[in-house]
Amino acid sequence: MKIMGKASRSKVITYGFVIAAFVIVQLLKSSGNISSSLQGQLVPICAYVVMAISLNLTVGVLGELSLGHAGFMSVGAFTGVVACISLESIIPFTILRMTVSIIIGAFSAGVAGTLIGIPVLRLEGDYLAIVTLAFGEIIKNITNCLYVGVDKAGLHVNFLTDATSLNLSEGGRVIIDGPMGISGITKLSTFTMGFALIMVTLFIVLNLIDSRSGRAIMALRDNRIAAESVGIHVTKYKLMAFATSAALAGAAGTLYAMNYSTIIASKFGFNTSILILVFVVLGGLGNIRGSIIAATVLTILPEMLRQFNNYRMVIYAIVLILIMLATNDDNLKGFLSNLRNRLLPSNLRKGKKGAENG
Amino acid sequence: MTFLSFLISGLSLGSVYAIIALGYTMVYGIAKMLNFAHGDVIMVGAYVCFFATTRWDLPPTVGVLLAMVVCTVLGVLIERLAYKPLRSASSLAVIITAIGVSYFLQNAAQLLWTSNPKVFTSVVGNSLIKLFDGRLTISVIAIITITACIVIMAALTWFTGKTKMGKAMRACSEDKGAAQLMGIDVNFTISVTFAIGSALAAIAGVLLCSAYPTLMPTTGAMPGIKAFTAAVFGGIGSIPGAMIGGLLLGIIEIFGKGYISTQLSDAIVFAVLIITLLVKPAGLLGKQTTEKV
Amino acid sequence: MKKIFCVFISFVLIIGLMSGCGGSDSASSGDGNATGKNEEPVAVAFKLGGTGPLTGGAAIYGNAAKNGAQIAVEEINAQGGIQFELKYEDDEHDAEKAVNAYNKLKDWGIQISLGSVTSTPGVATSAETFSDRIFALTPSASATAVIEGKDNVYQMCFADPNQGSASAQYIVDKKLGTKIAVIYKNDDVYSKGIYNTFASKAKELNLEIVSTTTFTEDSQTDFSVQLANAKSNGADLIFLPMYYTPASLILQQAKSIGYAPKYFGVDGMDGILTLENFDTSLAEGVMLLTPFNADSTDERTVSFVKKYKELFNETPNQFAADGYDCVYAYKEALETAGCTPDMSAAEICEKMVEIFPDITFDGLTGEGVTWAATGEVSKSPKGMVIENGAYVGMD
Repeated sequence: MKIMGKASRSKVITYGFVIAAFVIVQLLKSSGNISSSLQGQLVPICAYVVMAISLNLTVGVLGELSLGHAGFMSVGAFTGVVACISLESIIPFTILRMTVSIIIGAFSAGVAGTLIGIPVLRLEGDYLAIVTLAFGEIIKNITNCLYVGVDKAGLHVNFLTDATSLNLSEGGRVIIDGPMGISGITKLSTFTMGFALIMVTLFIVLNLIDSRSGRAIMALRDNRIAAESVGIHVTKYKLMAFATSAALAGAAGTLYAMNYSTIIASKFGFNTSILILVFVVLGGLGNIRGSIIAATVLTILPEMLRQFNNYRMVIYAIVLILIMLATNDDNLKGFLSNLRNRLLPSNLRKGKKGAENG
Repeated sequence: MTFLSFLISGLSLGSVYAIIALGYTMVYGIAKMLNFAHGDVIMVGAYVCFFATTRWDLPPTVGVLLAMVVCTVLGVLIERLAYKPLRSASSLAVIITAIGVSYFLQNAAQLLWTSNPKVFTSVVGNSLIKLFDGRLTISVIAIITITACIVIMAALTWFTGKTKMGKAMRACSEDKGAAQLMGIDVNFTISVTFAIGSALAAIAGVLLCSAYPTLMPTTGAMPGIKAFTAAVFGGIGSIPGAMIGGLLLGIIEIFGKGYISTQLSDAIVFAVLIITLLVKPAGLLGKQTTEKV
Repeated sequence: MKKIFCVFISFVLIIGLMSGCGGSDSASSGDGNATGKNEEPVAVAFKLGGTGPLTGGAAIYGNAAKNGAQIAVEEINAQGGIQFELKYEDDEHDAEKAVNAYNKLKDWGIQISLGSVTSTPGVATSAETFSDRIFALTPSASATAVIEGKDNVYQMCFADPNQGSASAQYIVDKKLGTKIAVIYKNDDVYSKGIYNTFASKAKELNLEIVSTTTFTEDSQTDFSVQLANAKSNGADLIFLPMYYTPASLILQQAKSIGYAPKYFGVDGMDGILTLENFDTSLAEGVMLLTPFNADSTDERTVSFVKKYKELFNETPNQFAADGYDCVYAYKEALETAGCTPDMSAAEICEKMVEIFPDITFDGLTGEGVTWAATGEVSKSPKGMVIENGAYVGMD
C-alpha cells in the first residue's frame, strides 16, 4: 500500500494538493475568471469529494461493498437542515450555526451508521451490498413519510400523517413536509466551508488509516481469518470504519443540502449511491487522492458535455466505460505504459510498482 | 377473499420479478458479476417486441422471437466489448462498467425511441379468468408468466446439470483456471451464458410489459433492482432460489401494501429482506460456504 | 496504473478549467437552438433560457415544454418585431442539476428565464433567479414553494393548491361523487401538493374521502391493493392527482378487476389520449381539470397542434402549450414595457415585475389570463370529460 509505505510524504502531497486547488480556485474567483457554471458546482464538488473519501473508507480500506451510502447523506442532510433552521434564533452567527449543524448531521448519520452496522457487518460480499442498498431505500422511504415542524414549544415530529397534524402554534414553521422535503432553505454553504470540511475529512481518514486501528481494518480486508487469529476484534474495527464513513457522509449531506433552497428524500436514492461508488472505484480503491480527483472530474464532466445536447448522457456513459476499460484492461494498459515509457523520462516513473493493486 | 385476491396479485407481480431474477442469477452464477445492465436489456427486448407487433404488425410469437434474437446479440456484444476485457480485473471494476452500460442503454433508447411512454399490447391478450361469481379474477398473463417461470427454471436446472455446455458452465463458475486446463473454452462458455441470460431478459421484458403495459426507456431500471433483490433473497446463483425469491418478494410487497401501509411498502419489502439475510446470510436457498484457511 | 489515470484525469481537469473559464464569451455564439430563419445579429434578440428534464424518467415533460417554446419563438421571430434566442438546458428533474443548468445559462448570458419545467428543480432555480434578479416565468413548475417569497418568479400553470381545491369544489358542485377514493404518489411534490389541499377542501365541503392510498416511483407498477381498498370501501369516484403514465395503469388494472368508478384527474392527466397505442376506451368517462385541449377547434390551437405534429411527430400536451404560452406572454410583456434586448437582465427584471401584474394575456391555455403580484396565475380551469376518445367540455 502506498499510503502505508511512504505515509507521511503521501499525506503531505494530498493536503498540499487540496490546498493548492483551493488557492487556485480562490484566485480565479477573485479575479473573476471563473464561469458561473463552475462556481455553482464548487460546493457540490466539495460534498461529493467528502462522500467519495468516506465511501472509500468502507469500500477501499475496509473492503466491504456498500450500495447505500447516499442514505447516510440523507440522514445528515435532513437532520443538519432541521438543526440549522431550529437554531436560527439561538445562534445568529451563520458560520457557527452551520458548523453546529454539520456536526449534528454527522453525529446523527454516525448513529445511524452504527445502528445499521451492528447487524449488517456480519454479512459478506454481495449480501452485505444488497443489505446496504436495502437500508438506503428504507431511509428514503421513511423520510418520505416524515413530518417535522418547529415552533416556540420546540420540535414536533410526526410520522405517516401530514403537515397539518403537527399542531404547530402560531408562527411555527413546517420544516420537513414528507415527500415535499424541505424547501425555502437559506443557502449558507460556501466553498470555503466545503474546503474546510474536506480538510477535516482528510485529517480524520488519513490519520485513521495510518493508525493502529487503520492497520487492523486493512488486515481484516486482506485476510479476515488471519487477522482474527492474531486477536483483531472483527466487529469493533469493522464498525469503527463503517460508522466513521457514515458520519462523514452525514457531514457532506448537510453541506450539500445547505447549498440548495430545496431538498427531497428521493434525491438520496440508489442512483446517488452508485454515483459515489463510481467515484471511488474510478479513483482507485484505498486511494484517497484518486477519490478526490475522480469526484471532481466526474462532477464537472457532465456539465462540460452540455454542448452535445441530447447526446450528453450517452457520451458520459461511453466515457465511463472507456475509462474503466483503459484503467483495467491488460492490453490497453500495456499500450498505455509503452506510450508512457516513450514519452516520459524514466526517473519520473520509479518506485511506484507497489501501488498497483491498491 | 381479500387475502386470496392479494395473494394472486402478489403472485403475478412476483412472477415478473422471478423471471427477471432468473436471468440475473444465471449470469451471476457463472460469471460472478452483478450485471446491472440486465434491467435495461429487458427494456430493449420489450421495445423490439413492441415495434414488431404494433408498428410492423407481426404476430406476437415472431415479435417475441425477434426480441430474443436482438437481445441475445446485444448481450453477447456487451459481454465482448465491455466485460470480457475486464475478466482479470476486480469485481468492482466490472460492476461500474455494467452501470456504464446501463446508462448507455437507457440514454441510447431515449435518443432512438424518445422518452414518451408507449402502451405495450399484451402478447397474450388481456383475458381474465373469473372465479366465485367474479369476486376473484386472475389474469391470463399472470398464469402464463408463472408457467413460463417454472418451465424456464426447470429447463435451466436441466441445462446446467445435465448437458455438456451446462457442466462447462458450472466448471467455469467453480474454477476458471482448472476449467481451462480441462479443455473448456472459458470465454466461449461465458459468452453462451450471457446469450442465454439476455434471451431470458427478452422474454422477461415481454412478460413484464404484458402485465404492466407502460414502456419507457427507464422501464427496466426499477424491476431490475427489485429482481436483483429477489435473486439475493433466494440465494444468488441458485436457480430455484431466484424463482422463490421473486415470488416471495412480490407477495410481500402486495401484503405489505394491503395489510400494513401503502406509504411504507418499499420499506417493508426491504426490511423483510434484511431480516431474512440476517437469519440466513446466504439467502433462502444459497449455499453457505465455509471459508477455508 | 493509477499514474496514467491521474495524468489523464488531470489533463481532463485542466481542459475543464480552461473551457469553464472561457465559458462566458465562447458560449454566447452558442449552438442557438432556435434563432429563427432571420439572420439577425445576436444582440437584437432577447436571450430566453430555461431548464427542464430533457433526459431521464421525466424527460417527456421537459421536452414538451421546450418544443412548445421553440415553436412560439420561431413564430415570433418570423413576424419580425421582437426577437428571441431560446436555449434549454437539461436538469434531469434534479435540484442540483437544475442549478448547474441555470448557471450554464447565466454564462450564456440569459436575460429572461423560463424557470424550470418541474417542481423540485423549480424551487431550486427560482431561489437563484431571485437572488440574481433575473425574471422567471415557469411553464409548469406548480408547487407553491416555487413562487413563495419571490417577487420576480411567475407561474403559467395553476398552482398545486389551486388545483386541489378547485377539483374538490368541482366534484361537490357538479355532484360527481359522494364517496371519494384518492390515490397519490408519495414521493412526488406535485402529487402530494394537490392531495394536501384536496383533502382539506374536501373536509371543509363535507366531501367524504373513504380511501386514501399511495404509491412511489419504485412501486408504480401494481395498483391492485390501492384499487381493492377503494372498491371495498365503496368509493364511487377516484381522484387521481398524478401524471398520466401511472394513471393509465390504474385505469387498466381497475378494469381487470371489474371495478368501474368515475375518475377525476388534474392537469397532469392531460396527455393520456396521446399515449402511443393506448386503448382510449379505458379512459372513457374520465374527467379532468385542464387548461389545454389539443382537440379544441379554435384557430390558434389547431395551428399549434399542426405545427407540433409536423416538427416533432407527436400530439402536444399541456406542457407544450404552457411553454408556448410563456413565450407569447413574454412577448406581450416586453412590448408593453418597451424593453430592448440591449438592456441588462436586472433592468428587464424590474420592468417585468412592474408590468406582469397588469397584463392580461390570451393564450392556448386560457383566455384573459392575469397574474397576482405574488406570481400566481389566475385562469379558469376547464372541466373536461373524455367521450369517444376526445375531450368534451363539461360546462
